[in-house]
Amino acid sequence: MKDVLLTIKSNEKIAKNTYLMVLLGDTEGIKAGAFVNLKLDGFFLRRPISVCEVDGDKLTLIYKVVGEGTEKMSKMAEGEKIWTLTGLGNGYDLSKSGERPLLVGGGAGVPPMYELCKELIAEGKKPAVILGFGASDEIFFENEFKALGADTYVTTVDGSYGTKGFVTDAFDKVDYTYVYTCGPEPMLKAVYNKSTTSGQYSFEERMGCGFGACMGCSCKTKYGNKRICKDGPVLEKEEIIW
Amino acid sequence: MVSLKTELCGIELDNPLIPASGTFGFGYEFAEIYDINCLGSFSFKGTTKDPRFGNPTPRIAECKDAMINSVGLQNPGVENVIKNELPKLRKCFHKPVMANVSGFSVDEYVYTVEMLDKEEGIGWFEVNVSCPNVHGGGMSFGTSPEAAAEVTRAVRKVTNKPLIIKLSPNVTDIVSIAKACEEAGADGISLINTLLGMKIDLKTKKPVIANKMGGFSGPAIKPVAIRMVYQVYDAVKIPIVGGGGVATAEDVIEMMLAGASAVQVGAQNLVDPMACPKIIADLPRVMEKYGIKNLKDIIGGAH
Ligand SMILES: Cc1cc2nc3c(=O)[nH]c(=O)nc-3n(C[C@H](O)[C@H](O)[C@H](O)COP(=O)(O)OP(=O)(O)OC[C@H]3O[C@@H](n4cnc5c(N)ncnc54)[C@H](O)[C@@H]3O)c2cc1C
Ligand SMILES: Cc1cc2nc3c(=O)[nH]c(=O)nc-3n(C[C@H](O)[C@H](O)[C@H](O)COP(=O)(O)O)c2cc1C
Ligand code: FES
Repeated sequence: MKDVLLTIKSNEKIAKNTYLMVLLGDTEGIKAGAFVNLKLDGFFLRRPISVCEVDGDKLTLIYKVVGEGTEKMSKMAEGEKIWTLTGLGNGYDLSKSGERPLLVGGGAGVPPMYELCKELIAEGKKPAVILGFGASDEIFFENEFKALGADTYVTTVDGSYGTKGFVTDAFDKVDYTYVYTCGPEPMLKAVYNKSTTSGQYSFEERMGCGFGACMGCSCKTKYGNKRICKDGPVLEKEEIIW
Repeated sequence: MVSLKTELCGIELDNPLIPASGTFGFGYEFAEIYDINCLGSFSFKGTTKDPRFGNPTPRIAECKDAMINSVGLQNPGVENVIKNELPKLRKCFHKPVMANVSGFSVDEYVYTVEMLDKEEGIGWFEVNVSCPNVHGGGMSFGTSPEAAAEVTRAVRKVTNKPLIIKLSPNVTDIVSIAKACEEAGADGISLINTLLGMKIDLKTKKPVIANKMGGFSGPAIKPVAIRMVYQVYDAVKIPIVGGGGVATAEDVIEMMLAGASAVQVGAQNLVDPMACPKIIADLPRVMEKYGIKNLKDIIGGAH
């Protein structure tokens, strides 16, 4: 963990209520499936956001505007600086992926799939990707995943683009050796029930600190009590208790 | 040269900074980013007789300059604390630590203090009387002078270490409770614990916290803490550990002027893990600004 001052390089809208922010600075220790915790002026608690991509001194985040903090973020401009706690969370374990891992991201759970996909491809794996959104105006990063070389499928709840329904409705289009997923809890649960292999599931919880000190984010697992921020946010399928 | 040294119940502190219980774990998360031996001391996570998972989530809500927590004293229980946490703590912290203890009956407090009393490295006991008394109708021990004194007397019998009672601010007369603890044998008073608070989400139109209510703390509560430390300083002879909303070197000085011999920092550690070393580094500058040579000299200076 480190508290670093990052500078906004760009911050633009990429879909409905969805923004992509590029930050520059010390990115040491930032990895796939991990998250950063942003200190925004005027807000007491930090805002946890997943690592979407890290490339040299460049950190990319994608966030949805859901409340006052993310609203404030969406109005921040190039050159503004943000104190950022980095190196938080356990991240995904790539060694378990097998040859053809399936990456399933829903809404604000799509971003962490990107760095993961990039790293899996760099290791010579052939990932398939299912991205779930509510409607066509919420879709982002379909082309970016395709450009990485991943077989990419999109689902929308209203059927306005891709397969109509939930991410699990596209499962019969792919065969896979392992599952990596991030998204709202009902989606994670659906993936858990539908998938036939083991996998890693990334969870969200309200956080006090984000680095293991306050016990604000605890959950029970089959392997004992865990803190989503420090022992997660990624849990193994086998340990999850719904 | 200014001096940051102070003293708490006969133990000298290099400076008054003591991270507050529940916001500093057992120290080692913070030891990853700075040498925690720069602190005066720290108070470790509230420890109970039995392991506790605590309350359902969400346990955290954000407020203006503050937060609400309803962790519910999650801790692995005193046996595991002794077996697993204290050895890790001792590796990164070499000064006397403050052992924060909670209980849901007088016997539980006594059991936990007795177990920890044999452990090396413990400087003080900080007994948190904000917990509900399950045999006393669920009222917190800290809300009546009699119940707080009963816990103090019972724990006093099983330890010779300095015994500090940490009071709840959710009472009508903090002074009578502090006095009752002093008479029952306490060596110090720590205050304030969190205020009872609630936050309602306008979108869901329901409380954010699963347990509905929780402990409100952070910079917003400082005036309440200053007032209570001031009142208690007038009423007791034993030293006071002041806390509640402390986030800057100025806050530390204000707390000491009110009557604190040492100062706790809670929620601020969570949003800025470097908060305490930053305050320690900033204290000499602020002391000079206000013409203070020895921090010790200003304790109770506002009276
Ligand atoms: C590990 C992790 C990774 C995340 N990654 C992303 C991401 O890549 N992109 C993205 O859009 N969102 C992500 N989120 C969710 C994001 O943290 C929240 O949407 C954001 O904190 C909302 O802040 P706000 O001020 O706009 O909302 P408000 O509702 O005003 O926030 C009030 C408080 O609740 C907290 N909060 C609200 N919603 C959530 C939530 N879903 N999870 C955790 N805390 C919440 C806030 O942090 C804040 O403390 C992630 C959450 C976690 C825990
Ligand atoms: C997440 C959290 C957990 C806490 N856990 C404990 C605890 O276990 N025992 C205790 O005596 N106080 C506990 N407290 C109270 C703090 O130690 C402190 O007294 C209070 O938060 C006021 O200080 P602050 O305004 O600086 O946070 C906790 C506070 C927070 C925010
Ligand atoms: S948010 Fe503090 S322990 Fe996880």
